[in-house]
Amino acid sequence: MNAPDQNQTVRATELTRNFGDRVAVNKVSFSLNRGEVLGFLGPNGAGKTTTMQMLTGNLAPSAGQIEICGIDMLDRPTDAKARIGYLPETPPLYRDLTVNEFLQLAGRLHRVPKKELAGAVERAKQRCGIGDVGQRLIGALSKGYQQRVGIAQAIIHNPDVVILDEPTVGLDPNQIRDIRALIRELGGAHSVILSTHILPEVEQVCNRVQIIHKGLLVFADTLGGVSSFKGRSLMLGLRNPPPIEAIASVPGIAHVEPARGGLFRIEPAADTDPTDALVQAAWDGKWSLFQLAPAVSSIEDVFVQLTHREETV
Amino acid sequence: MIFTVAGKELRALFSSPLAWVVLAFLQISMAWILVTRLDAYLTVQTQLMQMDTPPGVTEIIIAPIFGAAAVILIMAVPLLSMRLIAEERRNQTMTFLISAPLSMTQIVIGKFIGLYSFLMLSVALILLMAASMYLGGRLDLGLLGTLSLGLALLIAAFAAVGVFFSSLTAQPVVAATATLATLLGLWLLNMSQANPDSPFLMLALIRRYESFTKGMIDSGDIIFLLVFTAVFLILAIRRLDSDRLGG
Repeated sequence: MNAPDQNQTVRATELTRNFGDRVAVNKVSFSLNRGEVLGFLGPNGAGKTTTMQMLTGNLAPSAGQIEICGIDMLDRPTDAKARIGYLPETPPLYRDLTVNEFLQLAGRLHRVPKKELAGAVERAKQRCGIGDVGQRLIGALSKGYQQRVGIAQAIIHNPDVVILDEPTVGLDPNQIRDIRALIRELGGAHSVILSTHILPEVEQVCNRVQIIHKGLLVFADTLGGVSSFKGRSLMLGLRNPPPIEAIASVPGIAHVEPARGGLFRIEPAADTDPTDALVQAAWDGKWSLFQLAPAVSSIEDVFVQLTHREETV
Repeated sequence: MIFTVAGKELRALFSSPLAWVVLAFLQISMAWILVTRLDAYLTVQTQLMQMDTPPGVTEIIIAPIFGAAAVILIMAVPLLSMRLIAEERRNQTMTFLISAPLSMTQIVIGKFIGLYSFLMLSVALILLMAASMYLGGRLDLGLLGTLSLGLALLIAAFAAVGVFFSSLTAQPVVAATATLATLLGLWLLNMSQANPDSPFLMLALIRRYESFTKGMIDSGDIIFLLVFTAVFLILAIRRLDSDRLGG
């Protein structure tokens, strides 16, 4: 075993989880350092929530290992959990408690010393913008406020790792901006794992991206790495474009889609490289080829390409 | 940590109208029994005086109250225990406790203590009622002690069964029904058995409680009730653990 890295907050090794015969998460390994915000992406049912439940000790992995700040989740679960703040998909709120009572309870359960409790509650409320609803019952709050109370309970004990499962669902655009700012701020001193469907959100707040698909980790890189992701799509530029069917009829092409500026996005068929055939066809048909290059990827391209491909094959 | 969980449960019980209704119902029935027993005692008092060793006030008035309390609690405990885990599951708040640095044991024991403290409050109210007898005479404190001990142990057993069934399901009503059925079944076990030596009778809770109401402390009964409580709590802990492991 390598020496525990002070900076490393999360380390998951070969994490696997089966539900009966179905493999929900298959040998997922990753690690996270202090100050990083990790965007965890994947289609519905890909295993995002299962992975998060394992990281937070809500589900036992079928195989594999989880370390939180060097503490093994399976050997010393309570010590490891004390360093995590978790907001599940459904915020776990007691509707018949007031916001203050609930946050005090969260603080006490997460080992916040009694003397610091009042301060911790105030700070968490302030950071989440719920300072003015402390005396109200949680059940009487709107969805957006409830969501923010959920985030407040996850950060009340100043955890090393904050895990948020779709935190901006149900919020209005202003609140979303506030929460994103908060997540960026949290990323300064803590590690944040953020699961979401909203791709621009990842571009705004995360500095690392992971995509999970059918239980497998199919992509893991920094946000900068996304744009250099060598996808299999090609961008084809023609000054004198023929009807789109003519391009699609070139052998080895699965799909053609017009893009801006006279460009076409070409999806090659599996295991083929249609570059030569395209050049030849452009020459023969006098299409005036001016560009043929791998497509520069956005997160959306990467996401669609990696999570869509297997279904079309 | 355990007491933080217990405090949370206690607060949840007190903030629900159901708990107050149950407590009020318990108190009214106890008071009613107290009055009728007192009335009966006063009519037979002169005959009792002529006996060599007449039964005391405690035996005639207080002991039946404790007997009735046990039966009423069989109905009350399921109503109070059903929400403990089942409702947290249904509202998906169980994640809040499991994600906190708590072991399953701490969660279950905390919830049990919360419920138990609430139930002991009802025992305290019965004791207060018994103390009112001091206004007109003396009480047999020894008998009162065994009665309280017996009821306290019995309530622990009831509460443990309630916690266990609440851990099995996400439907509080199902938990309540199962708890009620089990407690009634165990209580009435001795009615169905013709053979008084049948090993089944070992489990009959009413038999375990009977000796206490006669002023007897049988260590066998104490151990039985404690083990009974522990077994159901351990089963509840195992059940929550298997939630995490299974799928």
